Amino acid sequence: MFLPFFQALRAHQVPVSPREYLGFLEAVLAGLATYDIDGFYYLARAAMVKDERHLDRFDRAFAASFEGLEAISFDDMVQAMDLPRDWLEKLAEKTLTPEEMAEIQSLGGFDKLMETLKQRLEEQKARHQGGNKWVGTAGTSPFGAYGYNPEGVRIGQDRSRHRRAVKVWDKRQFRDLDGDRELGTRNIKVALKGLRKWARDGAAQELDLDGTIRATAEQGWLDVKTRPERRNAVKVLLLLDIGGSMDDHVQAVEDLFSAARAEFKHMEHFYFHNCLYEFVWRDNARRWTERLPTWDLLRSYGSDWKCIFVGDAAMSPYEIVLPGGANEHWNEEAGQVWLHRARTQWPDNLWINPAPEQHWRYTQSTQMIDQIFEGRMVPMTLYGISRGVKLLG
Amino acid sequence: MRFSSTKDYIAGDDLTMAVNAAITLQRPLLVKGEPGTGKTELARQIAASLGVPIIEWGIKSTTRAQQGLYEYDAVSRLRDSQLGDARVEDVSNYIRKGKLWQAFEADERVVLLIDEIDKADIEFPNDLLQELDQMRFFVYETGETIRARHRPIVIITSNNEKDLPDAFLRRCFFHYIQFPDMETLKSIVAVHFPDIKPRLLETALTQFFEIRDAPGLKKKPSTSEVLDWLKLLLAEDLSPEDLRRDGASALPKLHGALLKNEQDVHLFERLAFMARRQGR
Repeated sequence: MFLPFFQALRAHQVPVSPREYLGFLEAVLAGLATYDIDGFYYLARAAMVKDERHLDRFDRAFAASFEGLEAISFDDMVQAMDLPRDWLEKLAEKTLTPEEMAEIQSLGGFDKLMETLKQRLEEQKARHQGGNKWVGTAGTSPFGAYGYNPEGVRIGQDRSRHRRAVKVWDKRQFRDLDGDRELGTRNIKVALKGLRKWARDGAAQELDLDGTIRATAEQGWLDVKTRPERRNAVKVLLLLDIGGSMDDHVQAVEDLFSAARAEFKHMEHFYFHNCLYEFVWRDNARRWTERLPTWDLLRSYGSDWKCIFVGDAAMSPYEIVLPGGANEHWNEEAGQVWLHRARTQWPDNLWINPAPEQHWRYTQSTQMIDQIFEGRMVPMTLYGISRGVKLLG
Repeated sequence: MRFSSTKDYIAGDDLTMAVNAAITLQRPLLVKGEPGTGKTELARQIAASLGVPIIEWGIKSTTRAQQGLYEYDAVSRLRDSQLGDARVEDVSNYIRKGKLWQAFEADERVVLLIDEIDKADIEFPNDLLQELDQMRFFVYETGETIRARHRPIVIITSNNEKDLPDAFLRRCFFHYIQFPDMETLKSIVAVHFPDIKPRLLETALTQFFEIRDAPGLKKKPSTSEVLDWLKLLLAEDLSPEDLRRDGASALPKLHGALLKNEQDVHLFERLAFMARRQGR
């Protein structure tokens, strides 16, 4: 019955599998959400979305699949109430105790019940006319309304009315959490966590219980073994483009930087302008006085460092290919020579580009750098960085 | 068994639905959200609302899945064997039950809170897959299988420091606790401070949301911070007028409860400086 909805979720790239779908059906069959569109939405969300990044996509898929529900008017509902009488009676016989049946009879039997129900619906209709959306008719279930079905869902009684005016999934409150959108510090941290590699390093301080037991069993006396603690052994060299066209991306780069700094014990950062040349610097205010030759960089940081360039790669093509092409000083060797050197020294390299990916093909220099990096250029989104982290291995 | 808002805890419809679905279908419920939105408190409130005991298992970076099941204290046994203790003969004397075992063998259904699962090693959730799914595990040392007498209600919280494996997620229900809006926050405050003056509350919350909305904050204050702050305001017995910021600073009174790092405090001082310059 909900298969089209399931398909819509897949089409909106919410990663749902049949397992979630079956779990969701199970929940519906258990009677967790009947006659209540909000409850149904919450249930479907809890069962099928496993990550807040996908909530927004889920909302869109839900809106697309259940759009028609708004079209059902109250008159239709009231009319429809005439139909399932037989069904209702049968159901009642099955589920109600004799005493409860007697109680219904004392209220005037099913006809009376249905009439009261219609009346109630009319009242509700009048009350709701101020709103322009159909959401919130949880009380229209005959069983719920009369309280015969203790399993019936009666939630949403303490909520304020104004929140019902707009459907929850139409508000799209989770847009910020979608992984393809720009990211905050925390999100980047999560992405960078993929780079963590635990290794035992340093002085032997920790008691190695398993080793001690084994050694003791072999020796016949207590033979205490120790081992080094586990630490994050990944070393990261961050080279940041600064100034010029990068000004638009300062905030994003700052976020990446602060996230990366908190994440790695071994992290070094240096700045360059537009393209890597013979000098880099660490303090931007003293960039002309305290420069560090790039050769020193290549010599001091071993091949086990992971090298991440951050830059929008937007510059004149001459700045990459020609000696003397740099726009601030005379460079003896072309930018691409330095880039190749860096790539050879640090085989685990990556270029993170804060400019939106769809704009890349309009900038010639971006394509050139992408070629130099053999496709290892990723956009600065959560998915981009996750992809990059995988490339770095 | 059905969970709803308690007198100490306001749960939205979505949260209530997620909790009830997890209870009914006996699946673990994974709760995420900003720090301070009441993830851990949720498990305690579920236990209180259903009137069942709670078993809390706080996870640290060094926690291993096995510790939740049981630990075999080989060192004690070795020592006892050298002292000639009679207990040595029975290996079960040296098996220490973990939180999961305790939850499994409880006489009634319990709430099992696995707090901050993302702190642990990346393989941790995978190691618990079968145990949480089948609600049973095997003790190698004694050769017995421990089965849950009553499937516990499992609540798992995560601060998103690590991605959880897909296979694990598939077995859970998921809920993301959002930061409450003004109305919800008011009802939450009403639960904690029933006799706060409405005008003070209004002023305080408006200021609070202003702070939260300020761009560039490193750590946004959250529900638990606002509750602490109001507690301080009440303890100092401030009136709404006192709360109004004086010209010299854009920082609200007793901001220490809200802003947790010096960069954020500086940010607000800068904003105040700019506001003053414009005012002149």
